[in-house]
Amino acid sequence: MQYFEQELSELKEQLLTMASLAEAAVNQAVQALHDRDDPLARRVWEADTGIDRLEVEIDETAITLLAKAPLASDLRLITVAMKISHDLERVGDEATKIAKRTLELNLEPPLKISLDIPGLARLAVDMLNGALDAFVHHDPAGARALSERDREVDALNRQIHDLLAHAMAADPQNISRGLNLMVIAKSLERIADHAVNIAEEVVYLCEALDIRHAKHLAPPGA
Amino acid sequence: MNQRPPTGRADPTAPAQGPAAPNGPEHPGPRLATAVDVQGLSVWFGPQQVLRKVSLQIPAQAVTAIIGPSGCGKSTFLRSLNRMHDLVPSARLEGRVALFGQDLYAPGTDPTQVRRRVGMVFQKSNPFPTMTIAENVTVGLRLNGLRRRDLLQEQLEASLRMAALWDEVKDRLHAPAVSLSGGQQQRLCIARALAVQPEVLLMDEPASALDPIATSRIEDLILELKKDFTIVIVTHNMQQAARMSDHTAFFYLGELIEFDRTKKIFTNPSKKQTEDYVTGRFG
Repeated sequence: MQYFEQELSELKEQLLTMASLAEAAVNQAVQALHDRDDPLARRVWEADTGIDRLEVEIDETAITLLAKAPLASDLRLITVAMKISHDLERVGDEATKIAKRTLELNLEPPLKISLDIPGLARLAVDMLNGALDAFVHHDPAGARALSERDREVDALNRQIHDLLAHAMAADPQNISRGLNLMVIAKSLERIADHAVNIAEEVVYLCEALDIRHAKHLAPPGA
Repeated sequence: MNQRPPTGRADPTAPAQGPAAPNGPEHPGPRLATAVDVQGLSVWFGPQQVLRKVSLQIPAQAVTAIIGPSGCGKSTFLRSLNRMHDLVPSARLEGRVALFGQDLYAPGTDPTQVRRRVGMVFQKSNPFPTMTIAENVTVGLRLNGLRRRDLLQEQLEASLRMAALWDEVKDRLHAPAVSLSGGQQQRLCIARALAVQPEVLLMDEPASALDPIATSRIEDLILELKKDFTIVIVTHNMQQAARMSDHTAFFYLGELIEFDRTKKIFTNPSKKQTEDYVTGRFG
């Protein structure tokens, strides 16, 4: 049992390391976009390999642990760790996508349109932080609260999309930058979606309740 | 920006603090009939109380697993279901055990008849060593007075088929039972228990002395048998209970701590003692 506990701790340690790297990647990608910082964008791109490697390592650890036939909360933690690591890997990919598009955007002068991409980035980053905090603190209520904020993210992304579509239709000069900004906004929206996935896994971890695809994230018995 | 060091997050393993789920079996879909209704069952051996007011409804045509650490009373509970304690002079029992509504301990009830209706398979296979394979299976029927060879033959084949042993022994029915392998001997004992057409089959760690292949065959057999019989199995093997049973009861220090659907017990038990036991953190 002592050894099993140790291996379980290693799995958690790997997952928390990956969470920190994925959070950092998103934060830095958003920073690079905001500051038009090419070196920072390149560092985000390069760092994605570390996140990918951790996903593979977490799967290996989890499969080793599953072969030992864990039960109850141990079983939930291991299966949830595999799913969360997959979401974090995708978060890393989205951060890389933002970094790559930032590098392309930086080849041209900024587009003169008022877009709330910083607001969208703040929401997505907050949601990712919130989901990971809910995981750390075993907080299913905090995890459930994230679904409301996801609607704000979706609305803001649609608004940005419409503004960019309008700007591109108005002037073909805007198309290349407009498309890059659309991809970035979509990546931020996807990061928020992954945060919601992680939050759903936290609810399962804490309450053994599968709330995925539920119309409303209601507490048990509500 | 909010960047945390890898070790900046706290340990996420603390048990969930959500509302305690109500204890007791949940039956999605049609409710299963109760085969054995146990109410307030207490058992003493001499001055020592080993079961404490256990109440539990065992569903019919399903597998119910009894788990718990050594000395928790699970075998005592199992043996109470077919009056095995009658054979122990120092044993005393209080409470009610009813099989499909009939009190098994009511005055005038014949314990031999109870054991015909509630069969038992033990941890170690125990074929009668001086008897052949066929004799082992039909011994109960012959003790019950059945003499017709055609009926005995019919029941012999039916029982061996139900125990998934027929194909392996049909050409050597008159060989000594002890010539069979350990796994085959245990299936022979199951065939012997089935021959008298019981309603309930009690199994006390029936696969604990077998290798994984023989264990797998016994488990498949039990899943097959539950279509026709009510099965109660005591096991120390959590994975076996998870694989085979529909419901699981966790006993500790002579008390029933939790009884629920097996999926619930092994993914999200309601009681901390159950969680600690199934995750191996007990004591």
